[in-house]
Amino acid sequence: MVVPMKDELNQANSAFEQRDARISGGRYRKTLITAVLSVSIVTIVPLLIMTGVADHQYREALNAESTRPMVRFAAIGRQSLESFLSEHLSALDMAVRERGFSQLRDSRRLREVLTNLQRAFGGFVDLGVIDDNGIQISYAGPFELEGRSYSEYDWFSEVSTAHVYVSDVFMGYRNAPHFVIAVQDVASDGPFVLRATIDTDVLNRLVSSLLVEPSWDAFLINRDGILQTDSRRYGTALQRCPIAMPTNPPQGELVEQEDENGERLLVGYAAIERSPFVLALLSPYEALQAGWLGPRRNLAGFLVVSIFLILAVVTGGSVYMLNRARESDLKRLSYFHKMEYTNKMAALGRLSAGVAHEINNPLSIITEKAGLLEDLLMLNVALPPREKMAELVSSVLKSAERCGGITHRLLGFAKHMEVQRESIDLDELIRQVLGFLEKEASYRAIQIDFDYPEDPPTIVSDRGQLQQVFLNIVNNAFAAVKDGGHIQIGIRRSDGDTVAVSITDDGIGVAEEHLKHIFDPFFTTKKGGGTGLGLSITYGIVQKLGGQITVSSEVGMGTCFTVTLPTGQAIA
Amino acid sequence: MEADAVRVLIVDDEGELVSALVERLNLRGFEATGVTTGAEALSYLADTSVDVVVLDVKMPGLGGLEVIRRIKEQRANLQVILLTGHGSAQDADRGMELGAYDYLMKPVKIDELVALLLAASSGEVKSS
Repeated sequence: MVVPMKDELNQANSAFEQRDARISGGRYRKTLITAVLSVSIVTIVPLLIMTGVADHQYREALNAESTRPMVRFAAIGRQSLESFLSEHLSALDMAVRERGFSQLRDSRRLREVLTNLQRAFGGFVDLGVIDDNGIQISYAGPFELEGRSYSEYDWFSEVSTAHVYVSDVFMGYRNAPHFVIAVQDVASDGPFVLRATIDTDVLNRLVSSLLVEPSWDAFLINRDGILQTDSRRYGTALQRCPIAMPTNPPQGELVEQEDENGERLLVGYAAIERSPFVLALLSPYEALQAGWLGPRRNLAGFLVVSIFLILAVVTGGSVYMLNRARESDLKRLSYFHKMEYTNKMAALGRLSAGVAHEINNPLSIITEKAGLLEDLLMLNVALPPREKMAELVSSVLKSAERCGGITHRLLGFAKHMEVQRESIDLDELIRQVLGFLEKEASYRAIQIDFDYPEDPPTIVSDRGQLQQVFLNIVNNAFAAVKDGGHIQIGIRRSDGDTVAVSITDDGIGVAEEHLKHIFDPFFTTKKGGGTGLGLSITYGIVQKLGGQITVSSEVGMGTCFTVTLPTGQAIA
Repeated sequence: MEADAVRVLIVDDEGELVSALVERLNLRGFEATGVTTGAEALSYLADTSVDVVVLDVKMPGLGGLEVIRRIKEQRANLQVILLTGHGSAQDADRGMELGAYDYLMKPVKIDELVALLLAASSGEVKSS
């Protein structure tokens, strides 16, 4: 069974180096900003959209609410003005038909009619009867207008064709705004016109009855844009109205307009039938909005408070969470530091035990040889022969040299603990590692075979790290084999720029369920305690060196670790 | 107690150590012989009678613990003193269980070895 490299292990091991950088503040600050921004956007944007929609809908509703009465009152005004006019025209018509030309041409009778009309309807100022030639042949009213000729006036020719006529408001002879209504009838002795002057006060009263809101204004204008009644905003009748009326004002809805002072208005127009009048009912836009300002202020306040709260909670929460994460990272880091340290110390302990053991043998020889020399000098009366002493001294020197060799090798091993890249003879490196286990191998009669190509490859890598890798693996192999077992070390060039080193033993093997955890940190099957870090660290180092490590094993048959390393020539 | 006539067999894979020890013990009146493997030791013991065996625990081939086990199988009263390196306390304990008289750490102090050999050969019971 072959266990592929695991990404999570890769992460766990590379974490060994990167975590210091990860725990530094910058990364946390970045995460904090990202968290706060994303959560804030996710919460605040919908809030803004909802508030915007609410604002819009409320405004629409409010607009409809405030425009509807205007539309209604414009219609009411039109109706009452129309019925006023038709009432007065009918009254004239009736007078013409009842009395006839013969009676009406008599000024006394005409005054009677005027009195009746004034009593019945009001607004009538005077009456006049005008003959076919435009001459007012009889008159009833406050002025002396009998005999006046109206033949040159436009209205006279108009009434002659339309038979009914309502004039614009004008000053006329009387210096007070008034308008004229007239009807024509055809008598037996020729057509005549009954003309009445109506006081605009009546119109003013009718129009101002529409002003149910203090901000509203209502007035009549004619097609030339001249005020026909008094306006709250634009002065008295016969002044020019500073709003440009549309040529065909829509009925039943409001028009948004600006007057000449630049004020925004909503205007409802209603043309009065059979007259030159158009009723205008208007309200400044701001007045309509006023009802909206209060709720809008509330909505804005709600929005600001909400955003503030969201930001406070999100920021506070994120800071809290990240602090917790950071604390836990630091705790984990210190734990890993501790474990790494423990592992290092364990390795150091193993190494020093081996070295002590190895040094002990030559040291014993030195002790005994020197002791013998001392014995010979002290215990015997006669000096021992020169050759004997020379032999002992040489033996001491040889053993001391052996000690020196061991020390040298140890120093050589330690020297390469720092990370550096250099050209490495793999065969030499592996033999150096095995040097530490030579004695154990010989005591336990473990046979180590080499399966190398003719010219063992040289790679560029980190000597110290590789020593640790192979020492760990070979150590495990030693632990796995029985006394008299076999370990085979093979080197071969793989495809491309890689070299594979395999360490195969015929030891106890690893059970399949253990095999998949073999590189996990803290996983160990050693009774009474490996740290479970040896192979995990080995895995991490091989990864770091750009290589791969795989393992295959069968219980009772043995285990094979294969370390594939880049030759690294490209880097060198 | 006199060292005279106390017969000692020294077993250690380091030949030079064995020869030096043999000579030093002989200078002190012991009748010492040395061999360098466990197998040699067993065959020597089969032919020759000795009083005390000084046995290195770690040896290639037949190790010290195996040798003491076999010795005790045949001659339970033959005293064995073990030599161990530092950090091999487990081996020493195992040896004591197998019936060793005592053990010494290498490098050995000659006076300690002599005292232990005299005690072992006189049949003195170890106080521990």
